[in-house]
Amino acid sequence: MTDPLLQVEDLSISFPSANGLVRIVDGVSFSVGREVVALVGESGSGKSMTGRAIMGLLPSRAQVAAARLSFDGQNLTALPEKGWNSLRGSGMGLILQDPKYSLNPAHRIGRQVEEALLLHTKLSAAERRERALDMLDKVGLPDVGRIYSSYPAALSGGMGQRVMIAAMLINRPKLLIADEPTSALDRGLQDQILTLLRLLSEELGMGLLLISHDLQQVSRYADRVMVMRRGKIDEEMASADLANAKSDYTRALWAARPSAATYGTRLPVYGEQP
Amino acid sequence: MSALSVSNLSVIFQGRDKGFTAVRDVSFDVGAGETFGLIGPSGCGKTTVLRAIAGLNTNWQGSIAVSGEPLQPGRKITGALRASIQMVFQDPYSSLHPRHRISRILGEPLSLRGERDVGGQVRTALERVGLPAAVAGRYPHQLSGGQRQRVAIARALLLKPKLLLLDEPTSALDVSVQAGILNLLNDLKASEGMTFVLVSHDPGVVAHMCDRAVIMDAGRIARSMDRAQIAASWSDAAAVAG
Amino acid sequence: MSETVQPPLGGSVFLQRLLRSPAAAVGCLVVVVILALALFAPWIAPYDPNLQETANRLMPPDAAHWLGTDGFGRDILSRIIYGARPTLLLVLVVVLLMAPLGILVGILAGFFGGITERVLMRLTDIVMSFPRLLLAFAFVAIMGPGLINGALALALTSWPAYARQARVETAALRRSDYLAAAEMVGIRGIRLLWGHILPLVLPSSIIRLALDLSGIILAAAGLGFLGLGVRPPTAEWGSMVSEGTQVIFDQWWVAAVPGIAILITSFAFNLLADGLRDILDPRHD
Repeated sequence: MTDPLLQVEDLSISFPSANGLVRIVDGVSFSVGREVVALVGESGSGKSMTGRAIMGLLPSRAQVAAARLSFDGQNLTALPEKGWNSLRGSGMGLILQDPKYSLNPAHRIGRQVEEALLLHTKLSAAERRERALDMLDKVGLPDVGRIYSSYPAALSGGMGQRVMIAAMLINRPKLLIADEPTSALDRGLQDQILTLLRLLSEELGMGLLLISHDLQQVSRYADRVMVMRRGKIDEEMASADLANAKSDYTRALWAARPSAATYGTRLPVYGEQP
Repeated sequence: MSALSVSNLSVIFQGRDKGFTAVRDVSFDVGAGETFGLIGPSGCGKTTVLRAIAGLNTNWQGSIAVSGEPLQPGRKITGALRASIQMVFQDPYSSLHPRHRISRILGEPLSLRGERDVGGQVRTALERVGLPAAVAGRYPHQLSGGQRQRVAIARALLLKPKLLLLDEPTSALDVSVQAGILNLLNDLKASEGMTFVLVSHDPGVVAHMCDRAVIMDAGRIARSMDRAQIAASWSDAAAVAG
Repeated sequence: MSETVQPPLGGSVFLQRLLRSPAAAVGCLVVVVILALALFAPWIAPYDPNLQETANRLMPPDAAHWLGTDGFGRDILSRIIYGARPTLLLVLVVVLLMAPLGILVGILAGFFGGITERVLMRLTDIVMSFPRLLLAFAFVAIMGPGLINGALALALTSWPAYARQARVETAALRRSDYLAAAEMVGIRGIRLLWGHILPLVLPSSIIRLALDLSGIILAAAGLGFLGLGVRPPTAEWGSMVSEGTQVIFDQWWVAAVPGIAILITSFAFNLLADGLRDILDPRHD
């Protein structure tokens, strides 16, 4: 494993509720280097909260405790909002689920892709435009000049997500965190976007943390997989070893995907009713 | 006699100046007890076809017949035919009325038809989809996605349909929840003797569920597939993805 | 992956939430107090509101008359307490006419669409263009002054806003999956409109209502001020202000006290409306 960029040790996240403090994430530890790591879990597993804790995007009523939470040597636990603002968009990139909600419908694409450059660098307008066009091209968008001057409404879901990726990668972050980046897209597009993310992370020497609920899908693109269940990490292994997973839960998750091979049979369901 | 027979179905949405042809001259037959897949990318018209069969959109041309009985274009479906064609919607979060308890969601269609012992039938309906009787007193937001979809299935089965239309029934659910729902659907199909028409964009779901399928593209049927072809196309896709 | 759906509010949950918002709690409390005053006026008021003691005209507040007396020697405190009645009664009549009418028109327009929608919406536009108070004058001129006529005039000019809102919401709901699902199990017509659409359209109408109430109170007081409300000698805040303007420079309390009553009531409904919005708006959770 390469040098870790992100180190998480004994992370716990709790929320106050009518019945006292509820622990959503319970003692989670892992690290991410310049590699592609998948954090997989179902609804309620705590994977999204974990992702948000790393991005500094937890709601204020969340209570976070960690023995260690650091990125590129910088301690994240006591980071003030200003610190997060300078981190997000430069050292760390974020891709969220639905580009419809991340792209501002009132601003042109070009402006939004350049925004990180505006905030974190001192490039001239011409230089920013050039970098933006270059990035739009890198993410596989056709006719970048036209897209640069378009508004988000003119784009399909898949194109919108590519724009988001361009916007997040334009500052060459060291780590990209993608939280369910393809759930809102058609199946075919999902594979394309994930392939793109994998390629770009290799090309830019970036770490990529993929958070998803689809084990079979992300395992094709990740070097390592961490399976979360009920706030803890159930099992962690290289994705090549998934077929030989030790935990019952992971095996069930792995086998639960419908396919031509499962035609006419019952799919395995882990434990109790959903 | 096929469970469902669709001939030269066309659906045109009237815009301001010209119409948009969402479905163009689509024909297919579904045998009793089959699971028939309508596959294709977003916007290909598969959901429009499904909604026309469901009677949610009565503005179509051509012919649709369920177990030999024709649907009338321009008129709502009523009576026995209405009961025999039912649908499970995609999003379990938006197909159950947020202000109604489950007991009402499942009970209303029954009391509307003057059925007796509505409470008992509701309990039976819940049992059939693997939910405890206590669920009847809850509101939809108090249930998980998988539980809501089970309630939606229970509702669809209340009137004992012969044809069940499924609009991406598991795309909003986690993988293991999806597995449970797919198992349930197949169990019920066998025990109730139903025919399924399934719309899905997920190749895995299609490969697991469908006996036959058609691929739609821009309103037309691009290709028909039998079981062998469905299995082959899945293997191809899996090989490519690697 | 999902939106939070607003849970239906049971009694105790509603109360809990109400208490979480101080503004709403205060507003609610004041409204309840005013309601109590109106209901229990005969037992609370120290004097008969119409009892004239001309020897004690225009007395400033003192031990015998806490808020002083007016131009006819009537106890202002008692008149304030009794004055809550016509105000609240008018508000009630307006609410009972205005909201159901507007919601009905809006739901029908939104649900049936087509020509029904166009006709109803044009009608709504026409009514919306009438200025409220001027129409009230016209009504009163034709039918004579009185509480009911004033209420009628206000109600008949205020329902359009509810219709527009209900129509937009109903039209959006028509495309929803749960209405489609209801249709598939055979739920149609009135049952669909009443049992399925109305419960979803009601919360925003209630919020609008609470916001409107303060305006209606002011309009009611305005009618009273212009002599178009209840007839003298009935105590009513608006007409009390009007009587008080005659002596406003020397005996300012005669006009100021009912004015403050109007202000407090109006403000209380505003606070309540604010709080209700927080409670009933799903996004605020």
